[in-house]
Amino acid sequence: MRKTMTSMLAGIGLVLACGTSVYAQDKELTIFWAEWDPANYLQELVNLYEAESGVKVTVETTPWGDFQTKAFTEFNAKGSAYDMVVGDSQWIGAASEAGHYVDLTDFFNKHNLKEVMAPATVKYYAEYPSNSGKYWSIPAEGDAVGWSYRKDWFEDPKEMEAFKAKYGYDLGVPKDWKQLRDIAEFFHRPDEKRYGVAIYTDNSYDALVMGVENAIFSFGGELGDYATYKVDGIVNSEQNVKALEAYKELYSFTPPGWAKSFFIEDNQAITENLAAMSMNYFAFFPALINEASNPNAKVTGFFANPPGPSGDQFAALGGQGISVVSYSQNQEEAMKFLEWFIKDETQKKWAELGGYTASAKVLESPEFQNATPYNKAFYETMFKVKDFWATPEYAELLIQMNQRVYPYITGNQGTAKEVLDSLAADWNATFKKYNRVK
Amino acid sequence: MATAVMTTLDPNSRSAARGMSDLTIRNLFIIPTIVFLIVFNIFPLIYSLGYSFTDFRASSPAAANFVGLQNYRELLNDPFIWSNFAITAKYVIVSVVGQVIVGFGVALLLNRDIPLKGLLTTLLLLPMMLSMAVVGLFWKLLYDPSFGIINYTLGLGSFEWLSNPDMALYAVAITDIWMWSPFVMLLSLAGLSAVPKHLYEAAAIDRAGSFYTFFRITLPLVAPILMIAIIFRTMEAFKTFDLAYILTSQPTTEVISIRLYKMAFQEWQTGRSCALAYIVLIMILAITNIYVKYLNKVKER
Repeated sequence: MRKTMTSMLAGIGLVLACGTSVYAQDKELTIFWAEWDPANYLQELVNLYEAESGVKVTVETTPWGDFQTKAFTEFNAKGSAYDMVVGDSQWIGAASEAGHYVDLTDFFNKHNLKEVMAPATVKYYAEYPSNSGKYWSIPAEGDAVGWSYRKDWFEDPKEMEAFKAKYGYDLGVPKDWKQLRDIAEFFHRPDEKRYGVAIYTDNSYDALVMGVENAIFSFGGELGDYATYKVDGIVNSEQNVKALEAYKELYSFTPPGWAKSFFIEDNQAITENLAAMSMNYFAFFPALINEASNPNAKVTGFFANPPGPSGDQFAALGGQGISVVSYSQNQEEAMKFLEWFIKDETQKKWAELGGYTASAKVLESPEFQNATPYNKAFYETMFKVKDFWATPEYAELLIQMNQRVYPYITGNQGTAKEVLDSLAADWNATFKKYNRVK
Repeated sequence: MATAVMTTLDPNSRSAARGMSDLTIRNLFIIPTIVFLIVFNIFPLIYSLGYSFTDFRASSPAAANFVGLQNYRELLNDPFIWSNFAITAKYVIVSVVGQVIVGFGVALLLNRDIPLKGLLTTLLLLPMMLSMAVVGLFWKLLYDPSFGIINYTLGLGSFEWLSNPDMALYAVAITDIWMWSPFVMLLSLAGLSAVPKHLYEAAAIDRAGSFYTFFRITLPLVAPILMIAIIFRTMEAFKTFDLAYILTSQPTTEVISIRLYKMAFQEWQTGRSCALAYIVLIMILAITNIYVKYLNKVKER
């Protein structure tokens, strides 16, 4: 009898163990994102959620070059492989209009996220159409373009003296785009294998366009009227012509073979003693203060994108919001995860791990701003950001801009005015094709 | 005796003895192949032809609208598309001519009595056994203006291969020539070894010069097999994607397949990209037909 009882108990135990395992397997979530450090930080963060809730969350990644194609292929197939996606800001129009994202407006309003998150992150990562009060994402990774520089080169007394003699003002963090250009020219010494500046030039996705945006927005220009889709006279404005010329001039101070450079190369420009200054997203700066990945970590400084000739100061927006995929079979579970994700303590932990929280409260805290040498510049930048078109046709607009701007910047083809006039014609034709304008 | 008995037996009865007729076995192999071909080749081909007459976008829930020949008309009037075709044509000419010159030249050298001929031939075949992606990444390093071995060896300083819009297409073609010349070499070697020795002996007796021997004996006899190599390489070069995509994303290297990829999977203009795919297909068929006709003429001579 005793033996029978023991066997029965063992059997019940086994059934329960199997049951638990099956139950745990049911509660699994997959978040899709690009392959970069913040995705690793997010995996660390969601491990805490698993410990708290028992729900396993996996952050699945793919290289940046495939991210858009892979995500949209899955969306278009109405696949349930991903429950959530940390999608690029410009996807929001295409993904929401096509029904790929779950409408998060009620969730957004219920948790008052318009007040909780930094205004720019709400505007560009969550809301579509602009000012509609409809939300499709929760701001997850705030990001923008900033600059790193070689403090040791800048603070060398001999260099400082030579710079002052040549340009008539003190060498230091550039106060505007004119100074940025002068410093780039000053340090550009191909004979010494030292170069002035590293900028974005890769034309395969949005790198070059983001780089050029930094100039355009700070020179007081715009890419168009996002409400009316008017582009003529805006994208080819005088400010934009000057901005494009300024960006092209910066290209002449880059290291050799710099016509296909993005975040990896721009960080290498600092780590391998190539350039005095380097443009990059703030999300890539953790590698620059880490001595294991940057031998110059101690002498690397950071600054926000400087103002243009009229004092306008803006930067191109990076970063992403997290959205629930319409075809996910775990939408309820995903919403529970988002409720956890937006909590103050989670956002604080997210920032501590290295993620760029969009929580206004955390961003404003001195604790966050003093945590790294670049957090203050990041905080300042996140309140002065602008983004590319988020309409469903953004991919065509992006390719057209690359096709027009890239040969001018890297191949010296045409003038800035010709390039931007052609771009205005391309975009106008695209908007006409999709009945955005008559 | 046993063999004789086996061969005189009715094949069906032999299979029947094993439980299956030859007809059943044949059907077991052929029917799945036909089904596979229909499902994965014929059906998508017809389906995409249908889409090419619509404004369908795979990224949009909107239904596909019939637009007639609009996609074809717009594509054929798009200067960017013609520029992509021009780049592709330039690439095909440079790459295939280069491969024929290098491949056939090496084959002529290897066709002589030289030491370690077998080992040399095998080593020369290695590049075409590598994956395109590996070759692309490998050559990207070789071309690097700061630390690439090509500039160092040739004393070119910081000459820019891949980021120079005028040079990038040639850089991709050089890589393709390096990779696929062995293929031309292999076919040429087969053709060269089939040339009857007595023709050369007769030419030597007649005191024919090497120039005359090459153009009157070697080239005409190897030409048919060389034409086959050219057909294969032209078709491949016309479809090239990976090397140009991995090595450089210059507008001057945006061959038609890269444009097609961007249109289909980045811009999600599905209907339009189907139309472009058909234009490319028709062009490849036309070029191949011209080659085949020429090949038949060469064979007839």
